[in-house]
Amino acid sequence: MADKVLMKGNEAIAEAAIRAGCRHYFGYPITPQTEVAAYMAKRMPKIGGTFLQAESEIAAINMVYGVASAGLRAMTSSSSPGISLKGEGISYLAGADLPALVVNVQRGGPGLGGIQPSQSDYFQATRGGGHGDYHMIVLAPSSVQEMAELTVKGFELADQYRMTAMILADGTMGQMMEPVDLNFDVKPAPEKPWATTGTKMQRKHNIVNSLSLVPEELEKLNIARFERYDLVKQNETMYEEFMMDDAEIAIAAFGIAARVSKNAVKEARKRGIKAGLIRPITLWPFPDAPFKKAATHVKEIISVELSMGQMIEDVRLASECKVKVSLCNRVGGMIPSPEQVLDAIVKASNNGGRE
Amino acid sequence: MKTNETPNSVSRILPFASSHKRITLVLGHYGSGKTNISVNLALSLAKSGEKTAIADLDIVNPYFRTKDSLTVLREAGIRLISSEYANTNLDIPALPQDMYAVTDDRSLSCVLDIGGDDRGALVLGRLRPGIVAENDYEMLLVLNQYRPLTADAGSAIEVMREIEAAANMRFTGIVNNSNLGAETTAKIVLDSLSFAEEVSKKTSLPIRMTTVREDLMQELEGKVGSLFPLCLQKNFIESKI
Repeated sequence: MADKVLMKGNEAIAEAAIRAGCRHYFGYPITPQTEVAAYMAKRMPKIGGTFLQAESEIAAINMVYGVASAGLRAMTSSSSPGISLKGEGISYLAGADLPALVVNVQRGGPGLGGIQPSQSDYFQATRGGGHGDYHMIVLAPSSVQEMAELTVKGFELADQYRMTAMILADGTMGQMMEPVDLNFDVKPAPEKPWATTGTKMQRKHNIVNSLSLVPEELEKLNIARFERYDLVKQNETMYEEFMMDDAEIAIAAFGIAARVSKNAVKEARKRGIKAGLIRPITLWPFPDAPFKKAATHVKEIISVELSMGQMIEDVRLASECKVKVSLCNRVGGMIPSPEQVLDAIVKASNNGGRE
Repeated sequence: MKTNETPNSVSRILPFASSHKRITLVLGHYGSGKTNISVNLALSLAKSGEKTAIADLDIVNPYFRTKDSLTVLREAGIRLISSEYANTNLDIPALPQDMYAVTDDRSLSCVLDIGGDDRGALVLGRLRPGIVAENDYEMLLVLNQYRPLTADAGSAIEVMREIEAAANMRFTGIVNNSNLGAETTAKIVLDSLSFAEEVSKKTSLPIRMTTVREDLMQELEGKVGSLFPLCLQKNFIESKI
């Protein structure tokens, strides 16, 4: 038996979650993430875990709320329209400071949209999606290996900061098959003294709740929560830089778009164009630093997205409008080709110099 | 077996084409490689001059369909029996309206590409009576040891029994398709032989063939019996992204 297994991205998420100690999965089928639920349905009963196909996405996210309150690692997964349904529950998780993992294998939208890949839930994931002031830690894998590793990371970060972590993948990442090495380390879950595990008449009741009717108190809770978010920003931002040292054209891309872009960057280099790639791995917190640095030496940043241009706003903010930022995109389930990205690089390269 | 043949030589493909039954059913674990193998089996039948049809009876997965290979199949003169909704954005488990051609038209050599796991095998409920009555079929179990839920003989046989129960039919042979995608080497294939043999021994099913990517044929020749070369269909090649 080799050290690797051949897995679909969706299966890798499910297996990694199990290895991270998750024994409670609540889901509802939707293409293109159904393999997560199918895998859990097969595996969970064999290891004493719970697989439950809920009556709806709303029910599933609230079951996650329940298990998270009891201090255990819980997850749910869905695709775009289903994540919208979970929005209320995600806000409640944030309001109750509960750790959980939510997986979004995005498909084209809005509405029911299609079943082909998309990255058009970027705003929803990074700006909230539900109501109120809150954030999720948003992780964007760009290989099946990362689908597994970031799932584990998601559980760890969620526990550490008492936040919801979201895996923001897309239909391609969910469906593609690649060899995966599952021999990674998993940190044990930390103590959760706040969890509702029963007092055994030894301590005061723990209360998990997102309701707070006294405005002075609610304000304090919000401010304290954002102080915790600041720690996440300082400590947990992740990104990959590829050939950025001497780059004159930078690509900003995550997930499947980053894979396409990397090929385009290599091709551009062959043609003597100094192109590079910045790949955010955390979408929230967004990696501002590499873009701020890039803005001092590139003449254009091209944001390559499977959306009408969502991450581009964060790229502009991070580069402080010091450099031109353009969009190279496909939508509706289409994926930009390496040739399309290469054309954008060539065009940017031919556009004059820095001002 | 001669050793100076090119990987594409017809004679190497013939062992299947010359010994096949009228209907070849291809079933197995989800993601074990059934569609790709089905297309290649159909192509080898067509190449040997048979009037060939391939039926896409997958109601499980809306992606990676037989229809992805439409151009190749058409060029080879193979009839594609496929749901009108395959490869549309309409995500429903529909069966092709002309699926009964498989049992009604006995001039056809048919390869049936069935969806994964026991859920996929349920579709056979409607075709089974005709197939069994005619009794000119083989039912192949596709195995990939490097897939997560069929990594040992015990779990592979468990999946196999689930499929048989859903299909209400018994397998007649094993296709060892153990591979690690783009990272497959000859060693990866050789390492899987003992697994395939164990499944074979425990189930009393013969290993009908070991399927490998075309470029590995030369290296494996003589080391593995009943090799069958696979030309990977377009949608299965991910290296471009």
